[in-house]
Amino acid sequence: MSKLSLRGVRKRFGELEVCRGIDLDVGEGEMVCLIGASGSGKSTLLRCMNLLEPIDDGVILLDGEDIAEPGLDPAPVRQRIGIVFQSYNLFPHMTAAENVMLAPRRVKGLSREALKPAVTELFERFGLADRMGHYPDQLSGGQQQRVAIVRALAMQPEIMLFDEITSALDPELVGEVLDVLRSLRAQGMTMVLATHEMGFARELADTVCFLDAGRILEHGPPEQLFSAPKEPRTQAFLSRVL
Amino acid sequence: MAEISAGKAAEPARTQTRRERYDAAQRRRSLIIAAVSTLAVIAAIILLVPLAPGWEAVKRSFFNASVFERTFPGLVEAFLLNVMIFAWSAPMIALTGLAIALCRDVRAPALYPLRLFGALYTDVFRGLPVVLVIYLVGFGIPGLGLPRPYNNPLIWGTLALVLVYSAYVAEVIRSGIDGVHQSQRAAAASLGLGERDVMRYVVLPQALRAVVPANMNLFIALQKDVALLSFIGPVEIFRQAGIYKSLFANFTPYVGAAIIFLAITIPATRYADYLMHKQNRARS
Repeated sequence: MSKLSLRGVRKRFGELEVCRGIDLDVGEGEMVCLIGASGSGKSTLLRCMNLLEPIDDGVILLDGEDIAEPGLDPAPVRQRIGIVFQSYNLFPHMTAAENVMLAPRRVKGLSREALKPAVTELFERFGLADRMGHYPDQLSGGQQQRVAIVRALAMQPEIMLFDEITSALDPELVGEVLDVLRSLRAQGMTMVLATHEMGFARELADTVCFLDAGRILEHGPPEQLFSAPKEPRTQAFLSRVL
Repeated sequence: MAEISAGKAAEPARTQTRRERYDAAQRRRSLIIAAVSTLAVIAAIILLVPLAPGWEAVKRSFFNASVFERTFPGLVEAFLLNVMIFAWSAPMIALTGLAIALCRDVRAPALYPLRLFGALYTDVFRGLPVVLVIYLVGFGIPGLGLPRPYNNPLIWGTLALVLVYSAYVAEVIRSGIDGVHQSQRAAAASLGLGERDVMRYVVLPQALRAVVPANMNLFIALQKDVALLSFIGPVEIFRQAGIYKSLFANFTPYVGAAIIFLAITIPATRYADYLMHKQNRARS
């Protein structure tokens, strides 16, 4: 059974139907990359997966349970599915460490003292040991994004979603964030990424999905999708970005 | 890179660039023009105002040095009551304003009456002149025949100020809450925080910080409006000035009161402007 399964997911904003019947399976420990042009529905799909956007139709199964049931409390689901955004969205009035500890403190009821060792270890693991007391505006983009990842990881989610997390970064800072993803991959974290980093997707993804106008037009292992795309639209997209 | 900066360090007396020479000349020019124009206006006032036919009478009744000397200490003493009324009203206004702002943000249908109350409250009390509320509350409630300590006009005057000013503070705080970017709420919600925690730990701290200058301006206005309580009894500075005016048959005490108000409000306004300026700069 897949860790996360989407069946016939539809989402519309007013007149615009952004997801038009999406089926997707993410296995335990798998890394799935969503590629496609801006506006193809990648970000919306990710936001639907952890219920930041309620879907209009279809089902989302987490360990076989439908989490898209209208009226269901989204908070417990969101604890299990972390998300990192393109624009970091750190809380500007809190230090990096406070950003990371807020949700474990409030949601899991843990004290700062109890959290300190684990949080310090996370910061150390991602090369941020000396940045714990800094405010977001004192950090570089790459550091902020790594803090945002640590913040999501601190809730010990079962799945991590990454929404174009390197798109807002200067080119020389992209590498440090991708390294974080590599290490998560090595630990067997289940991940779904919306990304424009084709080289990265090719290197690490188990499955790559090409989205076009709210549909998954084509999906498969990266070597197949990148080397021998079947759909003309996939070919056109790849020839533009590669 | 290293060579260039070493070259710079070796040349301490750097000559001005063309741009710097031009800017300096422009600055000198503006300074001279501003000084001349200011002096001209001041000279005109000093020369022309005394030419007005009623100037001698105005000078006697508004700018009388001996009356000023004899009444100023009394005015300062009376002003302490203004400061006290302000000091106990301000925290009540801040808390009530915050509560009303939060009322207007509740989503649960069971709490809809709170939302409605919040909307009505702000509409009513922002829609009335402060004096009118002070009259209605200050004369109306003691008129119910309340026993001794509870018919004190200070209590009901304070209530009137709290009612009116908390409505304004609530609106300012609400605009601050609306101003916190949606992505902050999304980020907090995505971590599994409940709605209350999102408001308390993520939205509200940012909102309140953003509206500090706007609220400061409201509290400066409050400091002035405390004087309106004089209409229902308390002998604060404005009423004290009125008593002196009758005593000396001279308006100078009002000028004294004005000076005392300005001594407080000008620095406070400047500080609020400074905060606002700093915030705008931080945002850009």
